[in-house]
Amino acid sequence: MTEENNIIVVKDLVKKFGSFVANDNLNFEVGKGEIFGFLGANGAGKTTTIKILSGLSKPTSGQATVAGFDVSRETDKVKRNIGYMSQKFSLYDDMTVKENFRFYGGIYGLSRKDITDKTASLLEKLDMLDQKDMLLKKIPLGWKQKLAFSVAVMHDPAVVFLDEPTGGVDPITRRQFWEMIYEKADEGITVFVTTHYMDEAEYCERVSIMAEGKIEALDTPRMLKKQFGVKTMDEVFVKIARGN
Amino acid sequence: MWPFIKKEFYHIFRDIRSMVILFGMPVAQVLLFGFAITTDIKDVPIAILDHSKDHVTREITSKLLSSGYFILESNINSNDGIGNSFKRGSVKEVVVFEENFAKKLEKEGKANVQLILDASEPNTATMINAYTSGIINTYSMQMMKTSGKIPMSIITESKMLYNSELKSVYMFVPGVITILLMLVSTMMTSISITREKEMGTMEALLVSPLKPIQIIIGKVIPYILLSFINLIVILLMAKFVFGMPIQGSVVLLLLESILFIVMALALGILISAVSKSQQQAMLLSMFGLLLPTIMLSGFIFPVENMPYILQLISHVMPSKWFIIIVKAIMLKGVGIAYFWKETLIIFGTTVFLIAMSVKKFKLRLE
Repeated sequence: MTEENNIIVVKDLVKKFGSFVANDNLNFEVGKGEIFGFLGANGAGKTTTIKILSGLSKPTSGQATVAGFDVSRETDKVKRNIGYMSQKFSLYDDMTVKENFRFYGGIYGLSRKDITDKTASLLEKLDMLDQKDMLLKKIPLGWKQKLAFSVAVMHDPAVVFLDEPTGGVDPITRRQFWEMIYEKADEGITVFVTTHYMDEAEYCERVSIMAEGKIEALDTPRMLKKQFGVKTMDEVFVKIARGN
Repeated sequence: MWPFIKKEFYHIFRDIRSMVILFGMPVAQVLLFGFAITTDIKDVPIAILDHSKDHVTREITSKLLSSGYFILESNINSNDGIGNSFKRGSVKEVVVFEENFAKKLEKEGKANVQLILDASEPNTATMINAYTSGIINTYSMQMMKTSGKIPMSIITESKMLYNSELKSVYMFVPGVITILLMLVSTMMTSISITREKEMGTMEALLVSPLKPIQIIIGKVIPYILLSFINLIVILLMAKFVFGMPIQGSVVLLLLESILFIVMALALGILISAVSKSQQQAMLLSMFGLLLPTIMLSGFIFPVENMPYILQLISHVMPSKWFIIIVKAIMLKGVGIAYFWKETLIIFGTTVFLIAMSVKKFKLRLE
């Protein structure tokens, strides 16, 4: 992986809240089109890092670039080049599928024609063209997640941040969801994903595991398992989270 | 920006609750305050106890009954009957003429009428008392003129300025305007912003290229528009349903209202910045703001009659100053020269609230 191919570069990143150190000297890179798993127990500092990388929060020291733009100085450009989906989906229940696409396309500055084309092609892929005028609250959870992901990548961002995107759905739907992620990664979109499901960690190309603000491990799932001498990512995670 | 505003209208028009608050409330409130909670008196049942039964007492009685304010429930013959009438609850007032009323009036120059009132509703009782005394005073004044004698009793003349007919709707409309603008602007914005927080859509908006200020402006523009439409509906109803005049400049009234709306919106944003859920935002705007607005703004209870400490608190209610402005424009027809101080107070409050909410909003982002 060459230097120019890195979409996310984090160097000596520190974020403090008063005396509490949420992110303690983070260093990592994520390549173009890579699926990067960002793991850690609750309170390990994942959310803080995502906030910094998406331009919502400024680092105390160190630096980070996303798609070649500095997160603290070129926030606007960073925001234009990222997509974001949280566990709450960020879609509006009282609007139809089409209206949701139109709204998010609109705030990312897509032209009317682009929005129409994108909506049609994304919905077609999901086989949801018939549901385009349905209010979102009538759509089942699993479908909502797929829609939310489609909306998050609608403006062809360089990176898409997925913050626990698959909460509350069955394994089959989750599997389908990951197929969508692979497809987008193949198109060159970098996927930065947090999750609590260790089977999902196995799907990632590389995984980092955070504990108490530090990155304790970073490698491919296979190498991590080897390094810790265990059979599953679950065991790797438990070992790190317990602090040994 | 435009997609954002459009989205906001979807939220409003597709939510029955919002629609009721936005468009049902103004009409209901104006009608309610205008018709039901009126302090005008009309057809009050009274009883007469006439110990004298002469031409003067009969004339006064007929004056009272022909005024339109009172209807005769019964003639009582003895003092015992008074208590019974009140206990039955059938009369609100008993008018008692003393014996030899006309003779006394002629000889001594004065005679006594006793008004006994059911004061279980103090406000109504005060009103009835004032109306009855007024009618009797008018009568004795006329009698003095026609007979040309020296004054027979002290006559007080009270002229009601600005609301000569004592129409309570004149008092309520400015208050209703104030409350509705507060309600719609403050409560609806704070709820709609906290809803985005609760739903998690706020995160998505914040990571989007939209700037926080654009998010806020996009949120408030629809409510400014709707509040303004509401204001016009209320004013039209006040004028055409209740015949309330707008003596002063309509343009000035609308401008002052926009200032007040912006103030209320800033307050709504501040509330949404400090509250975590829609319920909390609603409670804060309802009980933290709306009730004090109603109680302390002079809308229902005159500020002058309040304990000193409450009077002090009422000074920080922007609604109090706005009501003064609205009354000044609508009833007195005066210009900005008479209420620039009040305008300045609201303006200052607005600036303060905007500064506070911007600060809070930024803090929350960190």
